[in-house]
Amino acid sequence: MAGIRVNNLDLWYGDFQALKNVSADFKEKRITAIIGPSGCGKSTMLRVFNRMNDFIEGVRTSGEIIIDNENIINPETDLVLLRKKVGMVFQRPNPFPLSIYENIVFGERIHAEKINKNNLDEIVEQSLKSVLLWDELKDKLNRPALSLSLEQKQRLCIARLIAVKPEVLLMDEPCSTLDPQATQRIEELMRELRKNYTIIIVTHNMQQAARVSDDTGFMLLGELIEFDSTQNIFTAPKDKRTEDYITGRYG
Amino acid sequence: MFRKAKEFIIEKLIQVCGLASIFFVVVIFLFLLKEGLAVFKIVTPLNFLFGKSWYPISDPAQLGILPLICGSLLVTLGAAIISIPIGVACAIYIAEIAPSKTKEVLKAGVELLAAIPSVVLGFIGMVTLVPWVKNIFHLPTGLTALSGSIMLAFMAMPTIVSIAEDALYSVPKSYKEGAFALGATHWQTIHRVMLPAASSGILAAVMLGIGRVIGETMAVMMITGNAAVIPHSLLQPVRTLTATIAAEMGEAVVGSEHYFALFAIGIVLFIISFAINVTADLFLHRENR
Repeated sequence: MAGIRVNNLDLWYGDFQALKNVSADFKEKRITAIIGPSGCGKSTMLRVFNRMNDFIEGVRTSGEIIIDNENIINPETDLVLLRKKVGMVFQRPNPFPLSIYENIVFGERIHAEKINKNNLDEIVEQSLKSVLLWDELKDKLNRPALSLSLEQKQRLCIARLIAVKPEVLLMDEPCSTLDPQATQRIEELMRELRKNYTIIIVTHNMQQAARVSDDTGFMLLGELIEFDSTQNIFTAPKDKRTEDYITGRYG
Repeated sequence: MFRKAKEFIIEKLIQVCGLASIFFVVVIFLFLLKEGLAVFKIVTPLNFLFGKSWYPISDPAQLGILPLICGSLLVTLGAAIISIPIGVACAIYIAEIAPSKTKEVLKAGVELLAAIPSVVLGFIGMVTLVPWVKNIFHLPTGLTALSGSIMLAFMAMPTIVSIAEDALYSVPKSYKEGAFALGATHWQTIHRVMLPAASSGILAAVMLGIGRVIGETMAVMMITGNAAVIPHSLLQPVRTLTATIAAEMGEAVVGSEHYFALFAIGIVLFIISFAINVTADLFLHRENR
């Protein structure tokens, strides 16, 4: 099981420095929230952990991100293995235009040496159970995933991720398109998943960070201003800028 | 007051233009029907469609277009077999793999290919491809269905490539990100997510490409040999529906059986093209479930 240790991380998009000398320790089996105003670099930060930033032209990084004793910034990092270990849930639920079943077994199909039908069925059942969708969907597995509700889609995306047995779940504003009830249920799911996974969530929504996370990092203009237990950040912030943000003076 | 009148006039003008185009299509279709259906006074529809001999000027005239239909279908099938895999692969390369500069060059190249007049393609085929086919297969003549298929494949490709590329390009980026984030390689992402997501657009591209091939006249007339016999292989000369009309309309006496038969061939072609276009349209507008 892996935590993520970040040392002196810098990241540039061309000439623009999006992350400035960030250091932090994301502990395993905890939920860490990254908060901050738009454009502060929180999504960028998240996307370094599974190297999704690689697709943007002109990205340069320096520093260290240690996951399982390996610096994943290293160009030789095996991205397939990294992304299996560090999975991501996106802002807009993005199930593939395939059946519910095929969405969940996607990971198995691309990673397994040999496909075993019973094994696939097992994966579907386990994954759907872990996101509490099994009872709702067990008779509709061949339905197109795009016919589900937004909340179901997001759960399905989490199930699809869990099916590849990751260690870290990165969540990029996973509830921003959902209504309050659905958000609440996804948050419950996150607490449930925390028992087995290291979760890092980027959120715009401070109340969400306060409700769901164990640790919180506050970012501003590419810098990690403060990183502490959620309790401390929200009750006794050490930095004036953190205090101003959480009390709603800007952002 | 003046402004209102101006609005009114412009609106009406646009309306008239719009209606005119529909009006002309209807008139053309009615004319085609009127001239073409007359042939069925001489020959039954079944004998016309499935008759094995096309001797329009012998006495009595034999007006069976089965050899022509077979010729058209064979040439089209050959062209489809060549152009679909290459065209779709080219679309995948342009949409997904090529670096942005190569992409621009390739897209311009495809547009250029579409801009070559078919008579020029036919001419090039006649002086280069036809001798090759003759020598490679040791045939008495290189004017064969195969030559026609190859040249027509060039004509179908721009349509297939550009529409299939559009379809791939419009697959939401989030699907691709999702697949990559699960550890999929580029090829796995393409064939497991992108292609299924773009499948209806790619099918439409293929149908429209085939539609272009079946309606093509000039190039096939120049290089398929124009023998109205039922072909047994791609290495035989064939005559297509389109080439028959183009070659014979000039010498058919207006009002003769031959003349009516050529119009009836026009109706057959019209129905085939129409069916293909409608199918393509169905694929293009198919709701994403």
